[in-house]
Amino acid sequence: MTGEHQTLALLLFSAFIAVTLGITTWVSRNRRGSAEEFYAGGRLFSPMENGFAIAGDYMSAASFLGVTGLIALFGYDGLLYVVGFLVAWLVVLFLVAELVRNCGRFTLADVVASRMRERPVRIAVGSASVTVSVLYLVAQMVGAGSLVALLLGGTSDAARSWTVIGVGALMVIYVSLGGMRATTWIQIVKAVLLLGGTVALTVLVLMRFHGDVDRLLLTAAERSGHGEAFLAPGLKYGGDWTARFDFVSLGLALVLGTAGLPHILSRFYTVPTARAARRSVVWAVALIGGFYLMTIVLGFGAAAILGPDAVRGSNAAGNTAVPLLALDLGGGAGSTGGTVLFAIVAAIAFATILAVVAGITLASSASVAHDLHASLRRRGRKPRSEVAVARMAAVGVGVVAIALGLLAQDLNVAFLVGLAFAVAASANLPVLLYSLFWRGFTTRGAVWAVYGGLVPAVVLVVLSPVVSGGPDSLFPGLDFQYFPLQNPGLVSIPLGFLAGWLGTVTSAEVADEAKHAETEVRSLTGAGAA
Amino acid sequence: MRWEEESGIFPFCPSLGMQQSKGLPRGGGTDQESPADTFDGQDQVPAEETGQFRYDDPWYDALASGWGESAEEGEHAHALVPPARGESGTGPAAADVYLEVQRSAAFQEVRRRYRRFVVPAFVAFFAWYVGYVVAATTVPELMARPVAGAVNVAMVAGLGQFLSTFLLTWAYARHARLRRDRAALQLRWDTQELTRGVGGGRP
Repeated sequence: MTGEHQTLALLLFSAFIAVTLGITTWVSRNRRGSAEEFYAGGRLFSPMENGFAIAGDYMSAASFLGVTGLIALFGYDGLLYVVGFLVAWLVVLFLVAELVRNCGRFTLADVVASRMRERPVRIAVGSASVTVSVLYLVAQMVGAGSLVALLLGGTSDAARSWTVIGVGALMVIYVSLGGMRATTWIQIVKAVLLLGGTVALTVLVLMRFHGDVDRLLLTAAERSGHGEAFLAPGLKYGGDWTARFDFVSLGLALVLGTAGLPHILSRFYTVPTARAARRSVVWAVALIGGFYLMTIVLGFGAAAILGPDAVRGSNAAGNTAVPLLALDLGGGAGSTGGTVLFAIVAAIAFATILAVVAGITLASSASVAHDLHASLRRRGRKPRSEVAVARMAAVGVGVVAIALGLLAQDLNVAFLVGLAFAVAASANLPVLLYSLFWRGFTTRGAVWAVYGGLVPAVVLVVLSPVVSGGPDSLFPGLDFQYFPLQNPGLVSIPLGFLAGWLGTVTSAEVADEAKHAETEVRSLTGAGAA
Repeated sequence: MRWEEESGIFPFCPSLGMQQSKGLPRGGGTDQESPADTFDGQDQVPAEETGQFRYDDPWYDALASGWGESAEEGEHAHALVPPARGESGTGPAAADVYLEVQRSAAFQEVRRRYRRFVVPAFVAFFAWYVGYVVAATTVPELMARPVAGAVNVAMVAGLGQFLSTFLLTWAYARHARLRRDRAALQLRWDTQELTRGVGGGRP
């Protein structure tokens, strides 16, 4: 990594920051600070805009850098991981997007609370949403620190700490000043940049092999040192049965968790109707599917062009596969093309992290202000104060995320994303599906469903090998590992559904038929939708 | 009457049109005289924007009488109590509306169409995905079997997951657009008019 890379990459970073801050000030001028405006951006985005924004929210740096690195190192098992991220959108499209748009106003808890006693349900769902968001946020913040350090060559602790603080400060500024409108436009800009960069690299990889995908795969298999096994499952997840169950668990968490991610659900409120929400998911599926197909090409391309040894040599987890590939495709180290492409890829990765953290911060500030604060405060305040609370909550979430990001920056936090998906699938999805589709669902069932998924998911992770009992654990010196899998989804998702059912059948309360009728009619027709 | 007329906007789904007579229960014969045209969505916009109640609006008469209340009662109540708008939960009367709509044949048709697409499609893709993941982790030998060139069963299955996701997305969007959207929109306007009509009717 020469000085030229750093200068150019820093210039591009600064340009992106300037553009996004410009967007933030531009969209926040002359806006009255209504809750509608802050949480939902006025609900007037088009399906295409929202589709790009959803794609921008979803395609994190973990996908761009992590997944390609995984494919470059482990071949087919990386692809196996990618499939779950895309298939998950069918759950969102079929069961969640339109119905949530019709029933809720700003958050996931709106949908559930409309049928139940509001206070306990809002507190439960709000807490689960904040938990998911903070887990996801810390993973992204730590990732940002190590990524920027890696790309710019500044591996000093100070550089990483300042990156974490800078990213945190920027996301707080975007969210608290610009609300959903600024956040959405930042997602759109980021999605366009990310897709543009990915398309360019993919074309360059395919040109290198004259469009012959078969030769690309064969070269990758040959250079990997694994031969044909590189193109078949088993290199990463095919070890003992624990590893296999672990992957099944992760796969379930990915597919079912997306539909429970608060920052994804809140995107559906930015369009005017359920039909627009559906069309934005169709856009998102096209964009995300295309993106992941291209990451597969890039991953195998990195294996074929660079070879796994070069990838592993730069970063053991493979996170630098794409930047190294860009350097090579542009003409190699020292060439102008390589320098430019490398800097562009680094800037795109940085933009990706900034946009994703802004989206999550907004969703968690909505949960704090609209669900938790609104349930715990005294009654009789104006909605205007809720936006003020949300802005303060964004600052608070930012401070917590920066603090945790700084504390955790030397730890391996890659599991946090998988954990966020697992908690979303165990705590948020059961309560959401039950309240949309089950006539007899009661308040106690809702509360039990949330805590019955949230608590096992968190406890199982604490007892798992990622926290203690192994050389790669958070606390390698301690051993309180009682649960073999790294991802709790396989156990905690069924527990969430079971707890919701158990709470409902044991509660004395009889479900209000009229409220169920209201939820069902509103969810399918959009009557009375905000 | 309003439900029977709907058959006119469902040229593509005769089943819905045919079931209209079993739709929302109609009140006495009074609504037979009502010239209310429920399909004219523009009709209600000015009513909302004026911010006052148009006693001469046939809509209110038709609705109030259609729901077992005399027209006088309805008008009186409207004069005193502003109608519920937007958000629901305006009291027991609004709750009755949702129950009635839920029991109506038109709504049940929309719900049936939604479920008849979503349930099999969900089961199919979920089983296909879980089968794929389980096969990849338990029988990698089978997945490694070559098909053509460098492409093996695992590659075909993985790309098949992408393809099936794209296809199901397209199929769902098409089904919803052609088979549900118009009926759902019609129900939306009707339900909103009804909640507004009766929301203040029983103060």
